[in-house]
Amino acid sequence: MTSNAIDSRGAEHSASPLSRPGSSGRDASETTTDGAGEGGRSRGSATPGTTPKRRRVGTVRPLGIGIVTLWLSVIVLLPLAALTVAAFSEGWAGFWDAVTAPAAIAALWVTVLVSAIVAVVNAVTGTLIAWVLVRDDFRGKRFVNAIIDLPFALPTIVASIVLLSLYGPNSPIDVHLNATRWGLIVALLFVTLPFVVRSVQPVLIEADREVEEAAASLGASSWTTFRRVVLPTLAPAILSGTGLAFARAIGEYGSVVLIGGNIPRETQVASQYIQQQIEIDRPVNAAAVSVALLAIAFATLLVLRVVASRTQRREERDA
Amino acid sequence: MITVTAARKHYGSFLALDDVDIDIPSGSLTALLGPSGSGKSTLLRAIAGLEGLDGGTVTIDGRDVTAEPPQRRGIGFVFQHYAAFKHMTVRDNVAFGLTIRKRPKAEIAKKVDDLLEIVGLDGFQHRYPAQLSGGQRQRMALARALAVDPQVLLLDEPFGALDAKVRTDLRQWLRRLHDEVHVTTVLVTHDQEEALDVADRIAVLNHGRIEQVGDPVTLYERPANDFVMGFLGSVATLGGQLVRPHDIVLDRDRTTALALDAKVADSPGVITATVERVVPLGFEVRIDLRADSGERFAAQITRRDAAELGLHEGETIHARATSRSTVVDHDPALAI
Repeated sequence: MTSNAIDSRGAEHSASPLSRPGSSGRDASETTTDGAGEGGRSRGSATPGTTPKRRRVGTVRPLGIGIVTLWLSVIVLLPLAALTVAAFSEGWAGFWDAVTAPAAIAALWVTVLVSAIVAVVNAVTGTLIAWVLVRDDFRGKRFVNAIIDLPFALPTIVASIVLLSLYGPNSPIDVHLNATRWGLIVALLFVTLPFVVRSVQPVLIEADREVEEAAASLGASSWTTFRRVVLPTLAPAILSGTGLAFARAIGEYGSVVLIGGNIPRETQVASQYIQQQIEIDRPVNAAAVSVALLAIAFATLLVLRVVASRTQRREERDA
Repeated sequence: MITVTAARKHYGSFLALDDVDIDIPSGSLTALLGPSGSGKSTLLRAIAGLEGLDGGTVTIDGRDVTAEPPQRRGIGFVFQHYAAFKHMTVRDNVAFGLTIRKRPKAEIAKKVDDLLEIVGLDGFQHRYPAQLSGGQRQRMALARALAVDPQVLLLDEPFGALDAKVRTDLRQWLRRLHDEVHVTTVLVTHDQEEALDVADRIAVLNHGRIEQVGDPVTLYERPANDFVMGFLGSVATLGGQLVRPHDIVLDRDRTTALALDAKVADSPGVITATVERVVPLGFEVRIDLRADSGERFAAQITRRDAAELGLHEGETIHARATSRSTVVDHDPALAI
């Protein structure tokens, strides 16, 4: 009973920051929350005479952990488990045959190759765009800043049509990327544009300009300062943005479906191969290649985590 | 020798430097002292080339560097918040200026180790800035600035981010370091005690102008005006004149006070006041007084004098400035 009361208070507390902005009667809502807090605390003291155990502000109650675990299980882990089971429904050998089929390998290879190129290009241009948006002042900067997210927000099939109308067979500028790997790269660059920009931007805003001035006073040129002082600071953000762009690119379907042309061994990416296998009623093949994609994405995120925690340990943010 | 001539700088409509002229002699340790917004940091950054001037020139050792970028001015700069390269070890931080000049590895290693020993960070070579205390970080920043053998060392509120104890230790350490290294040093500070403690010359700035330049004793004893007097040390207003609180003599007997008064040419005369509060400050005792005119002021006397007088709140006492006191006519327009 006691724990129930506390839990409901916990839920109330976690809900209040969300409801606060916009609610005009701010003072009133705060007093009610405080009142509930007092009540909960006195009920929480199990034995009279002992000091009630105070939780640190911001810690999570068991209920919170329970909700998170349940949510992740239902939304993420369960489907992934089902997929893995499907992939191995014909045993390890069946999985291995499906993944190592020449067409499957070709599709995975095209996917990884194109995604890697896209990720690297993004790392450079994304950093540059973020730099310009943070450090330069020009007319229409807010507008440019706003349209960065557009390719991401747009339904990917729309992106595909947009690109097809520009680079397709009836290209108004006479650039024909239809059914080429260039077409894939352009399509993937389009949808992954915001990742690096949006991860580098806040770091650059927070970056200490005095560090750059210090480098200049020591004789470093702008380029040397960028390479040896700024870039190492941005590196974790660039890496994480690049990783996210890569992870997004390997799973992309909608934006490449029209412009890619779906030519096996040439422009057929893994997601199209999966779709094809489903259509010809080979669900095990589809699931197996999906698991391969899953493994690549997981490995990418794992590498990101490791690198991020290493840099964080090195330069604990303070002062 | 650093010479700044007719330096002007605007930030929008705010005038940060208003035709500033200053000479900083070679080998000196000069403090630019002033309240915030007085232009002291702007002046320092203009010498460094981190801030462009709207007008005027900067020369360092006879070379006009007004148009030179900071990279080519031969300066070392130390920032209030250390500006450490967080991703580099202490050694790499200090070596930075030498590494980018592509000096031989052995030379760099030796120089860095020597400097780290001078600043007392020997054995910290492989630490990262995050693993150092504030004081250690600032000493690392100083070693980094000194590594490139700068002609001038510029320090922008270098101890401002440190706590009081570390601050006093570090400024005495800086003084000793300067006596060893002899590099022309300019230090920006808003702390008069720090300026008096460290510098052999002080320039007092206010509203983008230099009010007075001189050695600490001159500035303290012969301030050019109200502002300088008020900024360097505490002041009491006695009969319309500014006096140091410790230059006020208290006497119970009006006749002896008057007799002494005759020797003081421009002293404000004898003021009769009521004791409002007696505050022991350790060696000295501060007496808060209210003159008959209603004006409040404070006198600072030694503990022994206070014991002899045996003052109590509510008593009437006679106050006057000592014959050798520092006195400046009070101009309300200049007051801080």
